[in-house]
Amino acid sequence: MTEFEYKLELAKQAVTKGKLSRRDFTKFALAGGLTLTVADGLFMKAARAQAKQGGHFRAGLGHGNTTDTFDPATYAHGLNFGWGRSLVGATLTRTDQKNNVVPYLAESFEPSDGAKKWVFKLRKGVTFHNGKTLTSDDVVGTINYHMGPDSKSAGKAYLGGVASVKADGPDTVVFELKGADADFPYAFAQYQFPILAITDGKPDVTGNGAGPYILDGFEPGVKVHFKRNPNAFAPGNFDEVTQLVILDAAARTNAYLSGEVDYIDKVDLKTIDMLKSAPDTAIYDVSGMQHYTAPMLTDTAPFDKPEVRQALKWAINRQELVDKVLFGYGKPGNDSPLAPSMKFATSPEPVHTYDPEKAKSILAKAGLSGLKVDISAADAAFAGSVDAALLMAEHAKAAGIEINVVREPNDGYWDNVWIKKPWCHCYWGGRPTADTMLTVSLSEGAAWNDTRWKNARFNELLPQARGETDDAKRAALYAEMQQLVHDDGGQMVLMFANYVGAMTTKLGHGDFNSDNDFDGGYMYDRWWFV
Amino acid sequence: MTTDNVDIRSIRSRRTLAQNAWRTLKSAPLSAIFGMAVILIYVLCAIFAPLIAPYGEAEIVGKAYGHASWQNLFGLDQIGRDVFSRVIYGARNTMGIAFLTVCISFTLGGIFGIYAAVTRGILDQVLSRVVDIFMSIPVLIFALMLLAMAGKSVWNLIFILAVLDSTRVFRLARNTALSVAVQDFVEAARLRGEGLRWVVLREIVPNILPPLIAEFGLRFSFVFLTIAALSFLGVGIQPPTADWGSMVAESKTLITFGRPQPLIPAAAIALLTVAVNFVVDWFLHKTSGLRDE
Amino acid sequence: MHPVIRTVLQRLGLGLLTLFAVSVIIFSTLEMLPGGFAEAILGQGATPETVAAFNKSLGLDRPPLTRYVEWITGAVQGDFGKSFAGAGGWRSENVRTVSGIIGPRLYNTFFLAGLTAIIAVPIALGLGLLTALYRNTWFDRVANATTLTTIASPEFFVAYILVFFLAVKLRWFPPLSTVSATTPFAEHFYKALLPALTLTLVIVAHMMRMTRASIISLLASPYIEMARLKGLSRSQVILRHALPNAWAPIATVIAFNLAYLVVGVVVVEVVFTYPGIGQLMVDSVGSRDMPVAQACALIFAATYILLNLLADIIAIITNPRLLHPK
Repeated sequence: MTEFEYKLELAKQAVTKGKLSRRDFTKFALAGGLTLTVADGLFMKAARAQAKQGGHFRAGLGHGNTTDTFDPATYAHGLNFGWGRSLVGATLTRTDQKNNVVPYLAESFEPSDGAKKWVFKLRKGVTFHNGKTLTSDDVVGTINYHMGPDSKSAGKAYLGGVASVKADGPDTVVFELKGADADFPYAFAQYQFPILAITDGKPDVTGNGAGPYILDGFEPGVKVHFKRNPNAFAPGNFDEVTQLVILDAAARTNAYLSGEVDYIDKVDLKTIDMLKSAPDTAIYDVSGMQHYTAPMLTDTAPFDKPEVRQALKWAINRQELVDKVLFGYGKPGNDSPLAPSMKFATSPEPVHTYDPEKAKSILAKAGLSGLKVDISAADAAFAGSVDAALLMAEHAKAAGIEINVVREPNDGYWDNVWIKKPWCHCYWGGRPTADTMLTVSLSEGAAWNDTRWKNARFNELLPQARGETDDAKRAALYAEMQQLVHDDGGQMVLMFANYVGAMTTKLGHGDFNSDNDFDGGYMYDRWWFV
Repeated sequence: MTTDNVDIRSIRSRRTLAQNAWRTLKSAPLSAIFGMAVILIYVLCAIFAPLIAPYGEAEIVGKAYGHASWQNLFGLDQIGRDVFSRVIYGARNTMGIAFLTVCISFTLGGIFGIYAAVTRGILDQVLSRVVDIFMSIPVLIFALMLLAMAGKSVWNLIFILAVLDSTRVFRLARNTALSVAVQDFVEAARLRGEGLRWVVLREIVPNILPPLIAEFGLRFSFVFLTIAALSFLGVGIQPPTADWGSMVAESKTLITFGRPQPLIPAAAIALLTVAVNFVVDWFLHKTSGLRDE
Repeated sequence: MHPVIRTVLQRLGLGLLTLFAVSVIIFSTLEMLPGGFAEAILGQGATPETVAAFNKSLGLDRPPLTRYVEWITGAVQGDFGKSFAGAGGWRSENVRTVSGIIGPRLYNTFFLAGLTAIIAVPIALGLGLLTALYRNTWFDRVANATTLTTIASPEFFVAYILVFFLAVKLRWFPPLSTVSATTPFAEHFYKALLPALTLTLVIVAHMMRMTRASIISLLASPYIEMARLKGLSRSQVILRHALPNAWAPIATVIAFNLAYLVVGVVVVEVVFTYPGIGQLMVDSVGSRDMPVAQACALIFAATYILLNLLADIIAIITNPRLLHPK
């Protein structure tokens, strides 16, 4: 046994015990001369060694609707995260627990031409559930399905930078981009992009995928049942998985307490302390990227004045919002939309805390004392939005600002209120990279730029950072951008909300992903029964 | 003899309305007295809510889920408002909304129902068919749709529930009025040449009042149950307005852990319903003319 | 023509008109609601571009009148169309037909309604008779107050209390009633018991009070007095003489409550995650899935019309004066 082999064995054991991350393991293995594929295979095997196979995993979820389908273009909610990422679907890439992008269906991905061109090599011998072999045509067809002019896919927004996508032989896909994008592979880890089987030019949207589980029973809005895919290239641990749609929080809790399900999401935070003390219960509590914001339209009075935006940012007691709306399960925001756990996230100075005196003096200096503004709120924006707005009004009083809370209907909130009313509440699920988050919500001309903020310097830095492959330089660019948003932007980031669920201690797991709820949507093939 | 007669008359006329009411009350059974006492207390709470409640309806006085203490009799709710104060204000909002809704629906349904019964003809036919159509759409789901369309303000809620409810009142008013309108004494009044107004007000309304009032009591309770169900589905009374139905819906998960907090507003609703129905029962009993055995 | 048959035909004709009117109302209300199917499905992720593509693929870009005429033409021929949601993995069929979605749910709803009726109607009639028999005793008052309390509590509250004691603490029943088409009858029965019990508590008071009231109101009539004077016992008087004449109002209130069990139990369905038709309608209204919402509304309206007709027929049959008109 060479020294390297000995060390590799130790590393594998560390992985099995959950003490070594995929990234560190891969780095070590690559240094020893192994290829990425081999290293990755070793890691997967070692990581799964601790996991036992078998059992029937039942998840009680507060999502789902009778109109659900297995068409990834319509994926939007918590059931879908799993469908696209770790149940029936398999994506080209995945995000790991530290939010790095790693290969999955793609064996490797390499940039060239200063990250303007990306070459994805596919894993060989992968089959769909119906037996069809995965080829590059399936990948190209899937991407075109989301990207095309008739696309109704919410995933389209990720593909705006793609100039062309072509197959180069059966195992290679080449993307040409309009501009350099160092983070491009992240897009293909999203739950909207499981690779679909293409037959006669048409994507198969019946739940046939290359993922670790096979769809076995589907009653939309009631339950979905899956069984293990014995031919999966990376099989799941459970024999069976059932997703039960339980929209009512109290019913979800009851189902969990009486042992009908092993895991529930969106726990009612009011009663979480009592739930904690239930036997064999662990709280799933992950500080994620989802954040609740209060976007002000920067081209509409009075929010077109930077002083008004600044004063309001100082006039809100965010800590109290976290305590009362999130029951402490979250972190106060500092007006940068990047979650603290994300790469390149900074905390711009001065940190916006509750300082009504400062708010008052900013307004007085600008001659705007006695400011009166309306805020639109509805629980469609986020759970507790109306309560939060009432608390905000209470806080702003001390700064001499009068906030009038306008309660909007939940129906049509995103069409009629968001980006229409001068100031409202909004929710962001978070995006995997600094670039996508900033591009989608703050760049000029973006469909979801909900503050209509147009900052020349920001819009100049954004593509620059996107194409930069040197991490240190990128970090500096992103730091400057976050400072700009923090100081001048109209997006008030109120708080980052944790993903909170409850699970039985019989479930085994490693570290959790933070880019989405449900362990990033990977819980179905990562977790196991102890 | 003549003087005796005069005396009897004068004695009768001397008994004022208040005295009559008192005599009737004294003979009321225990259940009715209990019911009236409860209603009286509720009404007082509703009227004097700002004086009785130690804190404001939406006032945040402490930490979320603060425990019960002498300052906060029932503890604090999810964002730190005093539950006791909210229950008191809830009396005002819940009963106020329900009362207003029922009043509107009885005015609408009653007037149209009686009018349809008395005039018959094409108007009666048209109104009855329209009411049939509306009654065959489930109230809860229809209200849900209309609220989504009109917006969830309290006034919309009152108006929509009142209109939907008035179809039931129309049915009842029409049918009972119809059975009275064909009776001999109404016919006699008509033949006497009394106007429609007189016939309706003096002959029909007094005779159909008992079933209508009984219905009033039931409808009154149903309104806040409907509001509670709407709150459960997310479109009832919007915060921070305190309303018992919404308060139960808001704290529903606590029941799962056997915590008593949701019991308080639920008990408030139940007690009021029982009280109202006790009084209605007694009233029906009085007016039905059935002697006790 | 026999009066019963005439009534039935007349009412069925009117019923069809009512159904038509209901479909117009539901369609126009859905049209007036903010947002459409695309916005509801895509939520925050909707952009004008994707919404337009969505609407085009569903034909929602055409004028409402065209779409309504198209729908009703199909509906008259028994084709209720297909859901706006694509098939996407559902039963490996190519389209999600409205009848395919509603069929199993309708069965579930009728199952629950039937089960509840089997429990609730005998209890309500029995209690009604007993309270009429022993009126103004403590038994009467306690029965009255208890049933009033259950009817006066919000449905979900009653449901949670039952779940807390019977499912979470005692574990006699499952807290969820998730059934599917493949669930065996016995299991379906067992899973539906807790929601049925909840609904029983909710509807018993109304039927019981009506039974009691209609019997008591007959007790003042001369023929009852005659029967008493003949020396019949109180229970004989009530069962043989009062009850047969009280059937009409009792049948009406039972029909009303049965209709409620079919059309009004969405809250209980949500609490127990019972896949019934009420939740389906709320869901499809929420997602603006017009064909499904329409079909649900028509089923509700038809149920209401038929049950009322049944009550009227019972009223005619039990009343000789109406059955054999002069």
